[in-house]
Amino acid sequence: MDWVELLLIPAVKSLVLIVVLLLGFAYMTYYERKFLARLTTRVGPNRAGPKGLLQPIADALKAIFKEEFVPGHVDKWVYIVAPALALIPALVAFAVIPIGPDITIFGHTISLYIADVNIGFLYILAIASVGTYGVILAGWSSNNNYSILGALRTAAQMVSYELPMGIILVSIVLLTSLSTGVGSLSLVELVEVVTPDRSILHWLWLWVAFPIFFICMLAETSRSPFDLPETENELVAGFQTEYGGIKFALFFMAEYIHVITASAIMVTVFFGGWQGPFVDTLPILGVFWFVAKVILVLGLFIWVRASVPRVRYDQLMSFCWKFLFPISLVYLAITAVFVALT
Amino acid sequence: MMSGLGDVVKGAAQIAQAMGVTLKYATRRPVTLEYPEEPMAVFPRYRGQHMLRRYDNGLERCIGCCLCEAACPTGAILVEAAENDPGNPRSPGERYAKTYEVNLLRCVFCGDCEIACPTEAIVLTQSVPMPQRNRANFILTQDVLLEPKDANLVIRPDS
Ligand code: SF4
Ligand code: SF4
Repeated sequence: MDWVELLLIPAVKSLVLIVVLLLGFAYMTYYERKFLARLTTRVGPNRAGPKGLLQPIADALKAIFKEEFVPGHVDKWVYIVAPALALIPALVAFAVIPIGPDITIFGHTISLYIADVNIGFLYILAIASVGTYGVILAGWSSNNNYSILGALRTAAQMVSYELPMGIILVSIVLLTSLSTGVGSLSLVELVEVVTPDRSILHWLWLWVAFPIFFICMLAETSRSPFDLPETENELVAGFQTEYGGIKFALFFMAEYIHVITASAIMVTVFFGGWQGPFVDTLPILGVFWFVAKVILVLGLFIWVRASVPRVRYDQLMSFCWKFLFPISLVYLAITAVFVALT
Repeated sequence: MMSGLGDVVKGAAQIAQAMGVTLKYATRRPVTLEYPEEPMAVFPRYRGQHMLRRYDNGLERCIGCCLCEAACPTGAILVEAAENDPGNPRSPGERYAKTYEVNLLRCVFCGDCEIACPTEAIVLTQSVPMPQRNRANFILTQDVLLEPKDANLVIRPDS
């Protein structure tokens, strides 16, 4: 292994991934506004650039040049670091997701993922929980009763929904042992080895988990109908009351990149990742399939947002603990029996 | 437990129905009106931005009587009258309005000025006051009022 493979390729891959994710965030907002508009028979942004395509840039410029101030009563350093802490986990979670098969350029084999961590699922769960710190620290450092209440509610929501999500992921790992003999925590292996040789029954049973996992992801990324962290109506704006300008935008950047990451995870686990027609002959096509699938799942997020009204906080909690949690446990139990029998 | 399961099924069905409704609307044509490009339909009695009218021979109708200024409940109008030059009159009367200004930031579009005017010089058109970047532009001066820009408007067919 020379220095090209050791340093240059990973560096370039990381850079490209970050740029793509940030652009993806920008155009996710555009996609959401356009699609939501169509679902409510409106036109959506169409002033900046052709078809409004420059709208995300206009929004970004506006957020950056907005008056920037730090309220006097906040804990300054934590207050400034908190948005970044919310954003970084959403970005780095992408590292273990394979976005395509190995491709060869100039004699170097390039894998289209940052790292094949053999504890991929655990990594995702661990990173997802770090994002909660950003929220709690934002609420705490704001030194405002509304913010701290909002932050605690948000943290409780995120932690609660991580449980059924984790259980579903464990079931999926159990299911992978049907194809490989040994359950695998690696997402790369999940796509490359497990996905093609799944039996029909295997697929069907996997699909039962999709609605549960999707609901968990909605709550985990605080998307509608579980967008209680925003708390516009009860707690002014929850944990981000004291934030403005680009610092406020960073929280939403975190949310949107989180949504993209969540879609990528769902595509990897349920939709076969980058697998698709003609990938065998032209490997780079895998990236295309992956992106197309992610866009479809993102559309699902937006579609749900347009259709389902927001739930109340107590409903949110009881739904998780009294319904999703037992259901996912039952799913895990049945999966275990299923795997043991076959 | 059983009723709980029934609730789940019912809830899922309702959510599916809701999502069906939104998807149905996605295929409809947007109802958004792209105003400056597309004409906006207004009622004929709609009261929008002011206009000062002229007679057909080009003389200004306004004779600077200040009745509109007196009638205006918000004090949005400022009229300063001056004597007409007999050789080159601006209005058919003895006097004309040297200054005529309407402050759109104060106007409530009540139409009282229109009613008060003896010569029907000031009228409210159907045109919608356009957004301005500068507050000073909301004070309509005489040259703006005398030659109002064409707004992209049509009168509603159902009125
Ligand atoms: S419409 Fe009413 S408020 Fe406006 S200028 Fe005329 S009298 Fe004054
Ligand atoms: S607009 Fe009519 S009411 Fe007002 S000063 Fe002129 S003539 Fe008089």
